[in-house]
Amino acid sequence: MTAPSPRALAWRRRGTAFAGGWREFAKHRSGLVGLGLLVVIVLLALLAPVITDRDGLDVTKATGGSLDPPSWDFLLGTDRAGRSVLLLTLWSARISLTVGFVATLLSIAIGTIIGIVAAHYGRWVSGGLMRITDFFLVLPSLVLAIALSTVLERGIGTIILAIGLTSWPPAARLVRAQTLTVEARPYIERAKALGGGHLHVITKHVLPAVLPLVFVNTTLAVGSAIVSESTLSFLGLGDPDPMRPSWGSMLRSASLDSAVIVGAWWYLLPPGIAIGIVVLSFTMVGRALESVLNPRLREG
Amino acid sequence: MSDILIPTEETLAEAPPPTRGGGAVRYVLTKIGGGLLSFALVIVLGFLLFRVLPGDVVQTMTRNRPATPEMMAALERRYGLDLPLWRQFLKYVGDLLHGDMGTSYVFNVPVTQKIGERLWPTVLLVGVSTLISVALGLWLGTRSGWRRGSRFDRVSTGVALTLWSTPTFWLGMLLMAATTGLFPTAGLVYSDTPPDFFSQALDIAHHMVLPTITLVAVTYAQYQLVMRSSLIEEMGADYLTTARAKGLRDDMVRRKHAVPNALLPTVTLVFLHLGFVIAGAISVETVFSWPGLGLLTFDALRVGDLPLLQGTFVVLAGAVIFMNVLADLLYRVLDPRVRAS
Repeated sequence: MTAPSPRALAWRRRGTAFAGGWREFAKHRSGLVGLGLLVVIVLLALLAPVITDRDGLDVTKATGGSLDPPSWDFLLGTDRAGRSVLLLTLWSARISLTVGFVATLLSIAIGTIIGIVAAHYGRWVSGGLMRITDFFLVLPSLVLAIALSTVLERGIGTIILAIGLTSWPPAARLVRAQTLTVEARPYIERAKALGGGHLHVITKHVLPAVLPLVFVNTTLAVGSAIVSESTLSFLGLGDPDPMRPSWGSMLRSASLDSAVIVGAWWYLLPPGIAIGIVVLSFTMVGRALESVLNPRLREG
Repeated sequence: MSDILIPTEETLAEAPPPTRGGGAVRYVLTKIGGGLLSFALVIVLGFLLFRVLPGDVVQTMTRNRPATPEMMAALERRYGLDLPLWRQFLKYVGDLLHGDMGTSYVFNVPVTQKIGERLWPTVLLVGVSTLISVALGLWLGTRSGWRRGSRFDRVSTGVALTLWSTPTFWLGMLLMAATTGLFPTAGLVYSDTPPDFFSQALDIAHHMVLPTITLVAVTYAQYQLVMRSSLIEEMGADYLTTARAKGLRDDMVRRKHAVPNALLPTVTLVFLHLGFVIAGAISVETVFSWPGLGLLTFDALRVGDLPLLQGTFVVLAGAVIFMNVLADLLYRVLDPRVRAS
């Protein structure tokens, strides 16, 4: 039997680490529950075109009555135009989750780059970047996001941009702090002494060390991105196309159709509960991941 | 919009660093200077956002309305949009320093006048809600932190996290639907209320109930969680053991020793998270038609009133920056450790 190659060894080591991490994660019941809920919701959103008919979103082809309460035909009742609220909620998951994920990726990418660059180069680069970060950190991000989505064309892209460009500062500060602790370790000095350039040190040594933290941060941030999306859509900055609803734009329609006054709870509750469940799931998974990666947080 | 769980720990870890030499004056000047610089950035950002980004202002104004080229040219002249960009910027800054933020396209009154009218309802709503939410958060946070892991801790932390995950405007709509008829759901006062002070105040309070509950419900969680974690951090400290060894009752140890120290990070947080509260206020005011700056932002947004949006942006962002400088200064007064070093 030949000795395993270094690559195979590395993969085996990663496998062991992953299994260990999973065991630690599995100890957190809330984390598991959150993960399970998220898997189910994402699957439902992905399978929406298979298990339902998109034509149901078309107001001209709606079959139900106006604001009908739940019945066997429409399990969650209908909206003003006679569309099924269940169908709307299901299809909205696609937009809300997409915006949540992509906006978070954008914001985390910006935050990670700024954080690492600031910590790695130090001196005036750090001073300048952190000054900008602190500025954006205190700025009310919803106000800025509103301003951005006003001047750009309405649509999903704009919402993603508005959320991504306004929510990166916490990530930048976190990554900077982590990078500083990583760069103080001897192996970075060794890499530099062996002639490693800035790019080499950053991509091969610093980035892998801060990625776990970035990952946790991403999980926690998706929830707030989804809430931001719903708020912006509710304020009327979302995609105006009724064939592409999100949970926020559903609630906007519910408000415009005076669902509150009529007492159409079947129209009001599903989108809000959906947002709540998704956000809470992301928070629970994020907190469980946090304690996997940060032994200090484990209860002794 | 910011994630409370992360910046919170950051704030705790990176409390204002102790200043060397120079002392109080230098510290105050640095903080005020930083605040002024941030405010200047807000002004520049306000200009860039609304003038330079794509989207023709006159097009936005005449959206859905037929307009001849002459009308559009006249509009451009009237709002100074035919000048080169740098002249526009100089005029904008000059006007702003004179307290002139332009004229609202829609209301046709000076933006400053409109903002002045709408400022006090927001201050009232945000002020009262913040007071209640801080008191509630501190009390719940102290109780749950002191008995960490108890049923009270688990339930109250769970409730706080759930409320915090809920979109503000949705919670408002639910409250409105659940209490139909009990409370007014729009505006500041009824028009037929007698004009004397007492009836007016009572009516405003009646109108404020639902918006305040909504705003408190979505904001108190952050104070509770920070108070809780900060108290837990203090609980391992030696001076508490000393206090207990002196024979103080548990209650006294908590009230006289642990809580005052744990309070510090939380107090500064009240100011630091004002941006979050303002985001909540925009949603709440929109849902309950509360005639404040948030509703004004929403109205301006609906009709594409750019000068008004620019004005609310500068004022809201400026207020948050001001509060942050105040927080930095307050922190120094409150925490002798920062002062001494």
